[in-house]
Amino acid sequence: MRLALLSDIHANKEAFEAVLTDLEQHDIDQLVFLGDVVGYGPDPEWCVDTLELLVKEGALALRGNHDRSTPAPDSLNPAARKIIDWTVNRLNARQRLFLADLPYQLVLGDLLCVHASPDQPQQWCPVSDAAAAAASFAASAARVILCGHVHRPALYSLDLASKINTHGFTPRTAIPLLASRRWLAVIGSVGQPRDGSGCAGYAILDQAQNSLSYRQVAYDSLTTADKVRAAQLPEAFARRLILGV
Amino acid sequence: MVVLRPQTGLEIDGFQLGAELHRGGFSTVWQVSHPDHTVALVMKIPRVSQGLASASIVGFEVEQMILPRLSGPHVPRLIAQGDFDPMAYLVTERIAGSSLRERMSRAPLPLPEVLDLAQRLAQALHDLHRQSVIHLDLKPENLMQRPSGEVVFIDFGLSRHDTLPDLLAEEYALPLGTFPYIAPEQLLRQRHDLRSDLFAFGVMLYQMLTGVLPFGQPTGFEQARARLWQDPVPPRALRSDIPEWLQEITLRALEVDPEARYQSAAQMLFDLANPHQLRLTARGLKLARDPWHHVARRWWRRRRLQGFAAPVAVAPQSQSAPHLVVALDLSPAHEALSEALLLEVKRLLRHAPQARVSCLSVMSPKAAPRALAQLLALRAWGLRLGLREDRLHFVILQHDDPAEALLGFCAQTSCDHILIGAGLSGFGKVAARVAGQAGCSVSLIRRPQGA
Repeated sequence: MRLALLSDIHANKEAFEAVLTDLEQHDIDQLVFLGDVVGYGPDPEWCVDTLELLVKEGALALRGNHDRSTPAPDSLNPAARKIIDWTVNRLNARQRLFLADLPYQLVLGDLLCVHASPDQPQQWCPVSDAAAAAASFAASAARVILCGHVHRPALYSLDLASKINTHGFTPRTAIPLLASRRWLAVIGSVGQPRDGSGCAGYAILDQAQNSLSYRQVAYDSLTTADKVRAAQLPEAFARRLILGV
Repeated sequence: MVVLRPQTGLEIDGFQLGAELHRGGFSTVWQVSHPDHTVALVMKIPRVSQGLASASIVGFEVEQMILPRLSGPHVPRLIAQGDFDPMAYLVTERIAGSSLRERMSRAPLPLPEVLDLAQRLAQALHDLHRQSVIHLDLKPENLMQRPSGEVVFIDFGLSRHDTLPDLLAEEYALPLGTFPYIAPEQLLRQRHDLRSDLFAFGVMLYQMLTGVLPFGQPTGFEQARARLWQDPVPPRALRSDIPEWLQEITLRALEVDPEARYQSAAQMLFDLANPHQLRLTARGLKLARDPWHHVARRWWRRRRLQGFAAPVAVAPQSQSAPHLVVALDLSPAHEALSEALLLEVKRLLRHAPQARVSCLSVMSPKAAPRALAQLLALRAWGLRLGLREDRLHFVILQHDDPAEALLGFCAQTSCDHILIGAGLSGFGKVAARVAGQAGCSVSLIRRPQGA
């Protein structure tokens, strides 16, 4: 079974489309979305509708911190609140209901899929270093943990001596997920990648081969950036798409 | 977790353990049989007695990661692997014969035997590097030779794959390797340079030639570090029948700074196969170690050295010193074409400044008396490339079938790129055949319109 793992689409239609097109060449059996289909980007309606359609066809989708059906709480910083409120106001009732119904995590055999750290999933703690990875391993018994939220791909392993190792995650290389270790992969972001490439990122997990590869797909980020500006969203959201940071 | 102990008669996943063939510090090797497999098989099992945190475990994981990525005659074919629960193992084909260790115990070896073995080892090493793997623990115990002659690497426990996670990078504070063979940069904990393998190769070449190890048998890190400044006794001082060129090759592989060493196994192979093309330096001629004040100066400079300049990725590094072959017909009728070829080679050299160039002409054996004139013409053409002469070779092949001769030369020297003039009378078909059959890249060069 080959799983495609997509996270943090962030209402970026161009990137989402480019990844779906790329997937056609990869003989995928199961699509898994790790949350944050909206937020930051200019096309929340299209992205939610597309995701809903894919879920009807058998895809699995999780909820991220941006996938809200109600206005943001006051505890968030003003910029984040602004974009969440902008997004929520664009969505219709059905779309909001779809987002509200998404689960926080998902167990698939020995895999655990979750948007941020499996350590209190609703707190959305980012897995951005070895310490956070250690907390994640402690919070779950799954052999392989797959998450998003950080927007930069990363790979950690917990070896037989219970030591956390931080590994590089070279694009387009099928990395064997040795059965003697536990693994945690942060799979990057489709719609607001921060790996410096400016390409949409996603991952393919091949269960027969027991390997994980990170892929980068070029997309028309200039058009997306123009749409961000036309919607009068913060300029920083447009710039970072082009730079991939 | 259940931990099974290997013993004769044990059956796991259909494999039945036979005799124990080898017991090493990190693993044991057993003869195994399986009803579905007719070829002879061996099973390698890590020793877990030292606990799960030991180097043997991580080394085994490294092999589990790397071995499935490798193919070709220079690695054992992987049949199956098992996880630590209940017992970790790797099953590969059994390579007939024994490791090179026994052969090395007979060293010094006769020169033809050394040369044959060294060329096969260089070929195997280049093949490994092309697959993005650095071995990092080359020594006679880790090498075998197939009955058909190919050298086979049998232990990848310390190896590094360029794009896979390096499980060993952050595990250990001490350098990993075997002290008599380890390269200076490995002692400084650099694990990303294919030239480290060329250093270990140099140590083995020295050992085959002289019967002794160039840096002795250091018992600790500090002793091993002395190779950063103390040069080995020149092989010719220990054995007088070693030709100067062979000492040149050996000592160049043993250069402390990776930049001064051979840059790829293919380069080393070329020199081993074409010693008459080699340009001797003081390295090949010296008969004593460097004077003490040179050693002292090196010690002063390198005593606190942290590392050497970082190389690029392994597979590109193995190609960074490409071997270009230019097939030339220097008769006056093709002057314009020869000029076009010259320009093209110059262009390529700008992008691959480490490249070496073989200028090659094929002539019929009947024309043998003109061979010297042809060679001088080649040389005159080649010198215009402005390369140092040790990176420039001139070859005249005598053959009635030029395509056959070119293809043979390219295969034998593992050349990376051949340039041929297109549209030469009688050479046109040659170019097409070479383009169709060569194992390397082929450029067909056309002379400019109107020239």
